[in-house]
Amino acid sequence: MKVGIVQFPGTNCEYDTQYAFEKLGAQTAILWHQETAIADDIDLVVIAGGFSYGDYLRSGAIASKSPIMKAVKAYAEAGKKVLGICNGFQVLTETHMLPGALNRNEHLHFISKHHHLKVVNNSNDFLCKFEKSDVVNIPIAHHDGNFFIDDAGLKGLYDNEQVLLQYCDKDGATSNPNGSVDSIAGICNKAKNVFGLMPHPERAMEDILGSTDGIKMLEGLM
Amino acid sequence: MTAIINISLKNGVLDSQGKAVHHALKSLQFNNVDDVRVGRQVVLTLNATDEATARAEVTNMCEELLANTVIEDYEIEIIA
Repeated sequence: MKVGIVQFPGTNCEYDTQYAFEKLGAQTAILWHQETAIADDIDLVVIAGGFSYGDYLRSGAIASKSPIMKAVKAYAEAGKKVLGICNGFQVLTETHMLPGALNRNEHLHFISKHHHLKVVNNSNDFLCKFEKSDVVNIPIAHHDGNFFIDDAGLKGLYDNEQVLLQYCDKDGATSNPNGSVDSIAGICNKAKNVFGLMPHPERAMEDILGSTDGIKMLEGLM
Repeated sequence: MTAIINISLKNGVLDSQGKAVHHALKSLQFNNVDDVRVGRQVVLTLNATDEATARAEVTNMCEELLANTVIEDYEIEIIA
């Protein structure tokens, strides 16, 4: 198992992500944004969190036009798995590999804290180790995490079981930190091989960090 | 030739910056403001002579990069 982790100027979670996957036994490689192809031995591409290009224009907008994203798009179209965490989720919506958009948080604050999430669908690799309605505790750290999609798009997400996670409280009741439509924290594409979420599973890998709930998520992709 | 592009959130998409600015204006006693929308302006200096061609090219720029048409609208003004 080898995980390729995409690095743009301004990415800052690539080494945490590398640590997390190596802890689970994977080999890893950092993929620089100017690379034009994904090597054949890469089994999963992760677009790590951070502030690619300083969030200029819109979060993820400039990164989405970089050479490596053409390669990542082709890689996903070939049926291989791609995970975008936080800024990576923003990049995936900006490349239209995932539907919707991430807008500024409702109350304008940068939110950095642990937050509970409810598993909405487990009919996908990412959450296959969970039961529906399981509640997990994963850190969030974002300014632009307010997920928007129009009504028709939202219906499509539910019809195709593409909603992965919703923000909730510790008992699973809705608790929306950022104004996201239906409290959505993560989604996948129709083919269920491209995954995006605002929370950071790679920061929930050790008891000393307050949660190990990220392990089961990342393991699902391995 | 200059292109001025005004980008703003679509109606129906929450403009949280606009809301915050509205709130601040109210606290300054500007009570006649019904709504505030905050957008972004991009000004391009173009090496073009024909307005129609320039407009077509700037439209492509907006669709591909400058605006996210999932949540944003844009208006283009070309000044010769």
